[in-house]
Amino acid sequence: MNELTRKRIRISDIVLKALILLSAVITTAVVAAIIIYIVKRGLEGMSLNFITTAAFSYPYENYGILGNIINTLYIIIITLLVAVPIGVGAAIYLTEYAKRSRLTTIIEFATETLAGIPSIIYGLFGSVFFYNLFRLQYSILSGSLTLSLMILPTIIRTTEEAIKTVPISYREGAMGIGATKWYMIRTVILPCCIDGILTSVILSIGRIVGESAALLFTAGIAAELPNFKSFTDIFTKAGGAGGTLTVQLYQYAQRGGGEMKYAFSTALVLLIVVMVINVFAKLAARKFRKV
Amino acid sequence: MSENNNNNTVKIHTKDVNLWYGENHALKDITLDIFSNKITAFIGPSGCGKSTYLKTLNRMNDIIPNVKITGDIQLDGQDIYDSRVDVNALRKKIGMVFQKPNPFPMSIYDNIAYGPRIHGIRSKARLDEIVENSLKGAAIFDEVKDRLHKSALGLSGGQQQRICIARAIAVEPEVILMDEPTSALDPISTLKIEELMSILKEKYTVAIVTHNMQQATRISDYTAFFLVGEMIEYGDTEQIFSHPVDKRTNDYITGRFG
Repeated sequence: MNELTRKRIRISDIVLKALILLSAVITTAVVAAIIIYIVKRGLEGMSLNFITTAAFSYPYENYGILGNIINTLYIIIITLLVAVPIGVGAAIYLTEYAKRSRLTTIIEFATETLAGIPSIIYGLFGSVFFYNLFRLQYSILSGSLTLSLMILPTIIRTTEEAIKTVPISYREGAMGIGATKWYMIRTVILPCCIDGILTSVILSIGRIVGESAALLFTAGIAAELPNFKSFTDIFTKAGGAGGTLTVQLYQYAQRGGGEMKYAFSTALVLLIVVMVINVFAKLAARKFRKV
Repeated sequence: MSENNNNNTVKIHTKDVNLWYGENHALKDITLDIFSNKITAFIGPSGCGKSTYLKTLNRMNDIIPNVKITGDIQLDGQDIYDSRVDVNALRKKIGMVFQKPNPFPMSIYDNIAYGPRIHGIRSKARLDEIVENSLKGAAIFDEVKDRLHKSALGLSGGQQQRICIARAIAVEPEVILMDEPTSALDPISTLKIEELMSILKEKYTVAIVTHNMQQATRISDYTAFFLVGEMIEYGDTEQIFSHPVDKRTNDYITGRFG
């Protein structure tokens, strides 16, 4: 046997390999267990009725979460409509216009701090601030504005990173043929960043869907179906209270007993929603990257 | 060479140009004239200020913070650093091609139409015409005419550089500045760009920064030699390379340093 073919076997290698394998198995098993458990318990309370009707008063005679699904969609849309333009705008300002100064350092420090604040504090702040500022009581709008504050740091940071990756040569190319700064940003920088912006939007949707603490005090817990009589009702709906899926889950779980299965059914719906969003995100990112 | 063409008109006149990057005095009292429909080459070792000088001519240094420029730079007798000058209009007149080919991540067509669109041309027919003429002007139309709507990033480096030249001439500039346009290209692509330059000078004034002295001798009418922020010698390319006046120029072109 020569030196090249003689394999050395070390005990420490085997032990470490086994440990790594064990960690992988534990992680996968935990995820699988959670999913299986939620699906199993969730299916007990699941029915077509559950996802196509709404429970409107307590004690419920009917258990349904359609109202909460609609509220969740409302909050996602309004939050993004508010936060994305502001966040992208702030990122453009910070990377393209602001001179490196004390002010930008403070803004960036504030953004980072904002990202680390527990969501319940946003809820507390939002409930007082938007109530006093706009006379908005528990309402979808209040909740959305609060969540906008919460997701702004994510959008700003992700967009900033994306803008920084645009090569300086593109900027020179555009400026070199007489593009104004804004024209260059609009036609070259932003299209290059669409991937990054989209990623931040997806991350944000994930946070919005998963948020409950910041919404309890701001958007409330109402679960009824919207009553659209005229076109403008689509907008006035946002002025009323509306609990999202997670908020509804919290209520079912809090009351426990026979309603626990509905908490799991809601969890199951959430799980599916999150998975669909992730798949959609991957597809969208791939589509944009091709350009 | 250029003597038989006696209508040498000054296109760009620069006098006592000084430039500082913060504390760093990067250009010292540069005075020279760039003539219409000629190719003027700037040579010199790295860091000598030749690219910096080139970029003062279309105010590309304005983008960099902490730059201070003094002196006189005139295009057709007009001070380009005058506060009333619209820098975007200036860059339309004085286009630029960069060291690394930098087509935008869009279709070939959109790359060429980018400039005209900035300056307000919207008509499809007009744009089609400009795109075709510009691509022809940059000697690349035949290579890309079947794939105008495909991404410009799919082209080779040499093709990309000609796309960038086409993009520059699409806004009908009067001067084209080239900052080492072939240093990232292979010899065959380089040759094509050099051939193109001699065609370009019939319509445009060309100023080129190059590391490659053979390139300067092959293509340029005039050559300026730069060294640590100073313009050492300027004259007919033939004279600069055969009988340089300054010892430092001689040392450089004979390969004693640089």
